[in-house]
Amino acid sequence: MSTLLEINNATLKFGGVVAVNDLTFSVEEGEVYAIVGPNGAGKSTVFNLISRFYNPYAGSITFDGHNLLDRNADSVADLGIARTFQNIELFDHATVLQNLLVGRHRHRKTNLVQEMLFTPKVRQEEKRHREAVEEVIDFLDLQPYRDKMIAGLPYGVRKVVELGRALASGPRLLLLDEPASGLSVEETQDMRWWIDDIRKQMGITVLMVEHDMGLVSGVSDRVLALADGAKLAEGTPQQVQSDPAVIEAYLGAGAA
Amino acid sequence: MRIHFKTSYEHDIRLFPDWWSFCVYATLIVIAVALPWLMDDFFLGEVTNVLIWAIAGLGLMLLTGQTGQASLGHAAFLALGCYSCIIFMEQGWPFLIAFPAAGILTGVVGTIIAIPAIRLHGIYLAIATIALSILADDIIVLMEPITDGVSGKFAPMINIFGIEIERWTTPDRFYWLVLAVTILCTLAYRNLLRSPLGRAMAAVRDSEVSATAMGVHIARTKAAAFGISCAITGLAGALMGFYAGAFNNETFSIVISITLLMMIVIGGLGSIHGAFFGAVVVAFLPQFLSMTKDLIGGSSVAIPGLETGVFGMILILFILFEPMGIYGRWMKIRIWFELFPFARKDMFKRQKSYLKTERLR
Ligand SMILES: Nc1ncnc2c1ncn2[C@@H]1O[C@H](COP(=O)(O)OP(=O)(O)OP(=O)(O)O)[C@@H](O)[C@H]1O
Ligand SMILES: [Mg+2]
Repeated sequence: MSTLLEINNATLKFGGVVAVNDLTFSVEEGEVYAIVGPNGAGKSTVFNLISRFYNPYAGSITFDGHNLLDRNADSVADLGIARTFQNIELFDHATVLQNLLVGRHRHRKTNLVQEMLFTPKVRQEEKRHREAVEEVIDFLDLQPYRDKMIAGLPYGVRKVVELGRALASGPRLLLLDEPASGLSVEETQDMRWWIDDIRKQMGITVLMVEHDMGLVSGVSDRVLALADGAKLAEGTPQQVQSDPAVIEAYLGAGAA
Repeated sequence: MRIHFKTSYEHDIRLFPDWWSFCVYATLIVIAVALPWLMDDFFLGEVTNVLIWAIAGLGLMLLTGQTGQASLGHAAFLALGCYSCIIFMEQGWPFLIAFPAAGILTGVVGTIIAIPAIRLHGIYLAIATIALSILADDIIVLMEPITDGVSGKFAPMINIFGIEIERWTTPDRFYWLVLAVTILCTLAYRNLLRSPLGRAMAAVRDSEVSATAMGVHIARTKAAAFGISCAITGLAGALMGFYAGAFNNETFSIVISITLLMMIVIGGLGSIHGAFFGAVVVAFLPQFLSMTKDLIGGSSVAIPGLETGVFGMILILFILFEPMGIYGRWMKIRIWFELFPFARKDMFKRQKSYLKTERLR
């Protein structure tokens, strides 16, 4: 196994708030790596650093040998990094199919003029995109919703569509920000099987943020516990859950 | 009730989802082509006007409905398309070259203007583009040697391979020309919708953050939307010039920009149908008003601003009761008939979406 994603001494401040504090960790190819921590620990901010929405104040981020800090946010996807958002960021006035097809955008090979004329090349590419998307639809059982507008879909389905859109891009690394938050027990169970299959069948590396410890210990190989933007503990789910510093942080956050 | 069975990936890519809709649109085109034999010249002129407005509507729809960028500056691009086409023709260029060249020039200028403008969002973009509409007027006056300033220009005769086309002497030919441009623009729009750029535009409209995360270059996509939108608008502007016969710096005023924006909102933002429905309202409203005025016997009294007032009222009513515009209403009626008698009253209510607070434990 080789290292896919490497974050070294990353620091990010919002005014006076240190959201990420000298954080170092790395994700190995083919593993499921989870980040846990109380609210406001800086978990989503780590994702936003990887997506290049924020510039780190210090430190480095490398993906498969590429320096991510050299890239703009819109060329991160080209490397094969796809993500979901904590508060679901779908294209609300488009259908499920169209949303998934946007996931294919990084594979676009045609230009504006060809597309306006819908040349045979565009048609052929469209077919390829749709084949890839149909596979995702089958995998996530989204057939009943294929032509439905996002705006009318229930929360649980949107969550799955967002996962589907990320998968449709054919990523090497999948970033999932709280994939099970707001889901029912059954939906969470489905999510667990999917994450397992994504790793085992599709060979995609998963980095996820999740509060549901049942899900975290069920699917992840390693867990990183964050508090106030800094690393508290790292190791197997059992090791992290029994770490005194982690218990302290959670009880402290709960008591406050 | 029609059920779509999908048998191949081709299915979703096709222009028409099934035989039925193919037949509907084919019939529509046949009727449209035969119209000069079915109507007198006055009404043919009105229909031509509707189509020209629809082309302009398509242009703005691509930018506002599809990409989510409001513009109140499109009168300037109508003017640019109109002036450049006619000036090219005055230089001796044939129509078949001058007309597309005017569209391309307007598109290029639109893209260049877009580069600073796309940093602005929503209402700020709308306000900035108002400046364009106002500037256009001044620029036309200032560039008097080329544009003839306030005295204005006359549209020359169009000549396509020896066939002479003019609005008044050959209204049928002019109508067919406009119809052909309408069909081509609609086709290009449809093609964009079923290819990556069109989807990227919708992505930019609905969520810039996740569009970026999916690899969509926001600025480039907006610039492309501006470019294509302005090119189509430029073509419409040139046709408006030929339709009006004469035009000057006041022809393409800010009022035209506002009317165009209101038109696509009333028609239904984000759909091709919306541009056409809106164009029908814009083009026939003045006729409709004067007819009703005749009916109630008030034809001798001129009411200033009546048209604008009624138009504004319609807009407000739509925003309050049918934000999806005429197209939204049309879809509901169609679905109601297709599902008859199974339609439910609350079928079009939006599903409420809950955030994670829905979960209590
Ligand atoms: N754009 C921003 N501007 C200012 N402060 C921010 C911004 N984004 C995050 N923060 C702050 O950074 C800290 C970390 O936020 P972050 O969203 O990463 O937390 P989180 O671990 O994802 O929490 P949660 O479990 O609630 O999602 C918080 O104190 C938050 O208020
Ligand atoms: Mg978060």
